[in-house]
Amino acid sequence: MVTEQQVWDALAEIPDPEIPVISLVDLGVIRSVDVSRDQVRVEFTPTFLGCPALEVMRDAMAERIAALGVQPDVQVISDDSWSTDRITPAGREKLRASGFAPPALRELGGPKLVQLQSNAFRCPYCGSQDTALENIFGPTPCRSVRYCRSCRQPFEQFKTI
Amino acid sequence: MNAQKLLELADDELILGWRNSEWTGIAPLLEEDVAFSSIAQNEIGHARAWYELAARELGTTADELAFDRQPDEYRCSTLVQLRLVPDWARTIARHCVYERSDQARIEALKQSEDAEVGGLAAKIDREEAYHRMHAEMWSERLKDEPRFSAALEELEPLFDVRDEHVPEFAALWEEMTMVRRSVAGATW
Repeated sequence: MVTEQQVWDALAEIPDPEIPVISLVDLGVIRSVDVSRDQVRVEFTPTFLGCPALEVMRDAMAERIAALGVQPDVQVISDDSWSTDRITPAGREKLRASGFAPPALRELGGPKLVQLQSNAFRCPYCGSQDTALENIFGPTPCRSVRYCRSCRQPFEQFKTI
Repeated sequence: MNAQKLLELADDELILGWRNSEWTGIAPLLEEDVAFSSIAQNEIGHARAWYELAARELGTTADELAFDRQPDEYRCSTLVQLRLVPDWARTIARHCVYERSDQARIEALKQSEDAEVGGLAAKIDREEAYHRMHAEMWSERLKDEPRFSAALEELEPLFDVRDEHVPEFAALWEEMTMVRRSVAGATW
């Protein structure tokens, strides 16, 4: 019989398809794991609804669970329970170390333009806060593009949602 | 929630997403190529989520609702149907008008008695916050530009107009549904 911990461990080995330095567990998209006799039910919350990686994530989870010898039941839950605040401390550090500035914590009322245009964001390369917003949008829905005036390096900033 | 209301939402987001994607590769700034492409991707993601809720009520699928209806069955606002490429002032004006009207609609949906609708609206609102910031940034930049003011005046009344299809909607529909119509059961 498979234990819940074995399932979590297996899911922790699945990389995010677009930012493979972090796992789905680091990303906080797995809301629950429920093990019954011969079936494992996983509740999965999408990050951004238009993210093309969602199907890849869902199929990868089903495949890993099936490899444990049990029937997977991956439920996609499109409610309001995922926020970038669910990215784990380990996940945030892995993002930073690979050049993605981790998302700022979400404030009451959500992010504001004036905040994005402020110097509250730190360059993941040199640590300077002298950074400027280049584009609210980036190569995937979850990222913005900023520029570090200190080390003159553009970098990607995970959006806070 | 009433399936027809869900279709209004889904159709608005799908068609606006399609119109936004027409800027991919030809926007006046590289940053805006990226921005409008990304906004388009989000809007089409939202459309899919609303179509999925509607599909369950109507006993069909999201793809069938998005691509297998006849042009006159789409319930989207006239505002999103307009083809505005290559007019940047009107494009930004539509963006501002749509995001403002959509915000009011999403706020109301967040209070819905239907927990699924309320939850989805709240999730979508987290993403739309970035569309609104983008609109706000451009509105600030263009606020003294007469072409922009004129476009706002022209487009503001159109969000609530849903009983007609503008002539250029037919061409969008032709292109958008071409694969589904030519290859039955196509998947990608």
